[in-house]
Amino acid sequence: MKDFICPRPVPRAVNWNRIEDDIDLDVWNRLTVNFWLPEKVPLSNDVQSWSQLTDEERQLTIRVFTGLTLLDTIQNGIGAPALMPDAITPHEEAVLSNIAFMEAVHARSYSSVFSTLCSTSEVEEAFRWSAENEHLQAKSRLILDEYDSPATPLKKKIASVFLESFLFYSGFYLPMHWSSRARLTNTADLIRLIIRDEAIHGYYIGYKFQRGYERLPEAERAELKEFAFSLLFDLYDIEARYAEQLYDGLGLTEDVKSFLHYNANKALQNLGFEALFPDDACKVNPAIMAALSPNSDENHDFFSGSGSSYVIGKAVATEDEDWDF
Amino acid sequence: MQLVYFSGGSGNTARMIARLGLPATRLPLRASAPPVEVTSPFVLICPTYADGSGRHAVPKPVIRFLNNPAARALLRGVIASGNRNFGPTFARAGDVISAKCGVPVLYRFELAGTDTDLTRIRSGLARFAAFEKETSCLMQA
Repeated sequence: MKDFICPRPVPRAVNWNRIEDDIDLDVWNRLTVNFWLPEKVPLSNDVQSWSQLTDEERQLTIRVFTGLTLLDTIQNGIGAPALMPDAITPHEEAVLSNIAFMEAVHARSYSSVFSTLCSTSEVEEAFRWSAENEHLQAKSRLILDEYDSPATPLKKKIASVFLESFLFYSGFYLPMHWSSRARLTNTADLIRLIIRDEAIHGYYIGYKFQRGYERLPEAERAELKEFAFSLLFDLYDIEARYAEQLYDGLGLTEDVKSFLHYNANKALQNLGFEALFPDDACKVNPAIMAALSPNSDENHDFFSGSGSSYVIGKAVATEDEDWDF
Repeated sequence: MQLVYFSGGSGNTARMIARLGLPATRLPLRASAPPVEVTSPFVLICPTYADGSGRHAVPKPVIRFLNNPAARALLRGVIASGNRNFGPTFARAGDVISAKCGVPVLYRFELAGTDTDLTRIRSGLARFAAFEKETSCLMQA
């Protein structure tokens, strides 16, 4: 009888010397070069700054970080693994396993912040809060519903890009806000490492989405695009309420919403779609932009500046074996 | 002023160029493709692929193109794109090309650019072309 049972398929051994999609190798290299652990960030230098925050500000910060921990936990255990069965190349699966692991590092690093700065009871309270918070639970469920549907691989990718490139930002706003006021600057350094990773994850999953999407007939493409915009609207509704609940007390909600619009547009661009929110709705507080990317002031380029003067060639790493000059 | 651009896996630069609505030459992805020849002064539009320390910011097809001294001699400026989520290495390809080739970074934008970016690039290119023409006349005089 045993002869009639279809044997379990054995995967192909992954050969990194035979690359089917150059982007797999590029992204693998970037992710591995960028590898980091929270121990490399001197979080204890923030102890004094932490003690200068009000009780309300501290509670908000811990709650925001437990919310971010939840998203990283989902992406580590469910999101990135859910994309593996749909991988086109064996290298793509390897990249997804790296993405999954880095999400675990991110989730772990919030606990490093907690153990360095906070009391156990404050942290326990915040984890309880996040487990019961209706908005956090609602947005998680919308994403998980897609991850649980094996029949629609491209919808899983859309949900994954929205998590990576949009849902984190209601939380990332706060450490950037503190950093712009010279508060918790080491914690902000750690968050910037997370933001850098999530940007590559959103780019890569969005790239793989586009490769699948372009092969579909027009009608299916239209249906998927409609799904993407409708999911984004639903997530945005929840995010707007979540932002109000968190940030109304500090009077920051409108500022946070501009940041959400700006990031929603970037998530759509990762998927190859056009922006949803008009530029006027995306005017992010310049202090937040400066905290996000220090040293990239837009005023010394020719088009934004006064006109006829510009500076050539700052000192940057220009070495690359491919340059002939 | 002619435009030359590279667009990679995300297709963001290509989508920006399509919306910009100005004629532009795309650099091929593959080394085996026939090289792009330029015959008049041009501005390069280039995305950034740097790692965390800023290395390998300029895509290899762009490096191949700029390794040709004839192309380099006609390069007048660079418009660089990237993602501010990469912090200090945002649009780093522009800084590298500027330093290597001695041309200015004209503008930086994110991903496929916003409508505001497109407006600034169109008017900036027009001003820059006029500025360049004036400078080359002065040099000849």
